[in-house]
Amino acid sequence: MQTANLLPLVLVLAVVAYGLAYMRSRAVAAPLGGIRNLKALPFYYATRAALWCAIPALLVLAAWAGFEGKVIQGIVIASLPQDVWPESPGEASLILSQISNVAAGKLNPDFVPDYIVGAASVLETMDNQSANFKAALVLLVAVSGAAFAWTRVAPHINARLNVETTLRRIFFVCAALAVLTTAGIVFSVILETIRFFGRVPISDFLFSTSWSPQTALRADQVGSEGAFGVIPLFTGTLLISAIALLVAVPVGLLSAIYLSEYASKRVRSTAKPVLEMLAGIPTVVYGFFAALTVAPFIRDLAEMVGLEASSQSALAAGLVMGIMIVPFVSSLSDDVINAVPQAMRDGSLALGATQSETMKKVIFPAALPGIIGGILLAASRAIGETMIVVMAAGLAANLTANPLESVTTVTVQIATLLVGDQEFDSAKTLSAFALGMLLFIVTLLLNVVALKIVRKYREQYD
Amino acid sequence: MNTMNPAVTSEADMPEETIAPVDEDKPAETLVEEGKTVGDPFSENPKFKLRNVEVFYGQDRAIKNISLDIGRNEVIAFIGPSGCGKSTFLRCLNRMNDSIDICRVKGQLSIDDHDIYDPKRDVVELRARVGMVFQKPNPFPKSIYDNVAYGPRIHGLANRKSDLDEIVENSLRKAGLWDEVKDRLDAVATGMSGGQQQRLCIARAIAVSPEVILMDEPCSALDPIATAKVEELISEMSESYTIVIVTHSMQQAARVSHRTAYFHLGHLVEVNETTKVFTAPEHELTESYITGRFG
Repeated sequence: MQTANLLPLVLVLAVVAYGLAYMRSRAVAAPLGGIRNLKALPFYYATRAALWCAIPALLVLAAWAGFEGKVIQGIVIASLPQDVWPESPGEASLILSQISNVAAGKLNPDFVPDYIVGAASVLETMDNQSANFKAALVLLVAVSGAAFAWTRVAPHINARLNVETTLRRIFFVCAALAVLTTAGIVFSVILETIRFFGRVPISDFLFSTSWSPQTALRADQVGSEGAFGVIPLFTGTLLISAIALLVAVPVGLLSAIYLSEYASKRVRSTAKPVLEMLAGIPTVVYGFFAALTVAPFIRDLAEMVGLEASSQSALAAGLVMGIMIVPFVSSLSDDVINAVPQAMRDGSLALGATQSETMKKVIFPAALPGIIGGILLAASRAIGETMIVVMAAGLAANLTANPLESVTTVTVQIATLLVGDQEFDSAKTLSAFALGMLLFIVTLLLNVVALKIVRKYREQYD
Repeated sequence: MNTMNPAVTSEADMPEETIAPVDEDKPAETLVEEGKTVGDPFSENPKFKLRNVEVFYGQDRAIKNISLDIGRNEVIAFIGPSGCGKSTFLRCLNRMNDSIDICRVKGQLSIDDHDIYDPKRDVVELRARVGMVFQKPNPFPKSIYDNVAYGPRIHGLANRKSDLDEIVENSLRKAGLWDEVKDRLDAVATGMSGGQQQRLCIARAIAVSPEVILMDEPCSALDPIATAKVEELISEMSESYTIVIVTHSMQQAARVSHRTAYFHLGHLVEVNETTKVFTAPEHELTESYITGRFG
């Protein structure tokens, strides 16, 4: 039986176990004078039975599914005649894929040596046996778990405590999964980064000012030496993000203040959702808006005042990105400003402060942590944004502070490095991991610094 | 019309022996005639002159045709059961109701013969003259010093730092808080006890040198000792300020005020000298309230 069929079956069993245990707990309680004489409500006995039925069975299922492939492969390889035993892992995987293709009927058995055909039949029987054993074992575990829980439906046993403990552990596992995933990503990126620094010195990477990531196929190739200096990429990222934040922070903050303090209820209830819709527009749409409308407009405008501007510019990408992240600033700020107690406003207004004085001196300092949080979220969106930059700011890694020139960013380069068919052992592709690592470190530092600032300047109301 | 009225229904629910002297077949509402206030609502030297005041929340009429004078340097207490409109009426005096969208105020309200609700009137200047202390202490989450200096700063009352220091010290002294906080003016105000916070709010109000101080149940969140301190403070302040205090504690009204106004369901039922109200109330509703029959 397939894993996909086993899973629902186990769940059905768990539901059955729930129902049976529920009925049994009521039956046990009846002669005693009602469920008040049980240590726990029937719901808890039933839930415990369901958990006992499902959790061990699912663990067994997961373990079996995890190991069966490796074990079967080992047996299949061992079944081959001694003289064709693979010498390297590469060769082994080649033979195995041939075997499994024959077994699946994708490869005509006439085209392959006999020993492959033999191994394919071994593989097939092993697969069938494994599936049968797996189904039998999982169902056995599920039923015996449920049966065990069934015998433990008794008035003096407190199922509530068991259920609560188990649930707590399940929640913990869920939280741990998120943390472990993050740790896993960071770990794998670090490993690849170290491999990259084996090929390109870290000082070149951090301090060189030219970025031209290519590796030679032949030694005599023109321009065979790649340059992996991140400085142009980071200045590009910072330039575009700074332009975006220069747009988003004032617009977002002031619109949040308007919406929360000045706008009537009617205006607020329509304007806020509309503003939040900006965040829902796909970035690709922003991208062509930037590339086809804003960038040419900026170029024409620059020409009119006698400045030279390229048709793809950091300014265009930054402006459009700024519009995109306005809702992050405005919506979050609006929420925290509204959360400042009315008593603070009343206190200030009653002293004769105007609405704007109240805003500036009382509400804003109290709402500061949330506002900074919104700005940080917006900043990380800006730093991580790729699509708009690809379309509106170009791919040229220029080291410049002129917003009218075309620049590129870290994320854009990561994307272009990994697009298409790539071998994953050249400096070119590995540099993507190093860029990712560096970007991660920079955003992390940004967050830490912002947190420190918030802690220093915030005014905490209780 | 009366069937919707919570006060009336709750009265009907009361057990036999606690029913007010009000006749069962004669609900409280019918005992008050709109705009008719017994006692002496007017004063010879009024600070506030309030005539035919009505306040609406949307369609609801929360204040029904009230006329009252508030004398210069007098302490007047507003008492009455919850929801009778005394806080709403108080908040008309410095236009704090402005921030509530659906609230409308009608009638003639003036302070020193200047219209309070004149559309051209600068509400900032009005609130600088009419300070307010709220039910729940609401110090800003700033230092004690900054809390008191807040008003003087926004009104430009001090030219130099030393002037500001002096204002802060004087205000804290008047609020009886100076000795407790003089060594920790930089401490965050929200870390003080509830009673200290409320006295800080009073100091904050005094710091802009207002002429009137409105107090909306200033002691309802305080313990008895803190309450006693605030009451003592009110008695001292009555020499230099006009004070309007809303309170649920009749003992408090009796202790601190010169005149007492009894509100009922948006009506001003009776206004008299405090001693008179508590010893010989003229209106039967006032009597039932102060003897604790309802409220």
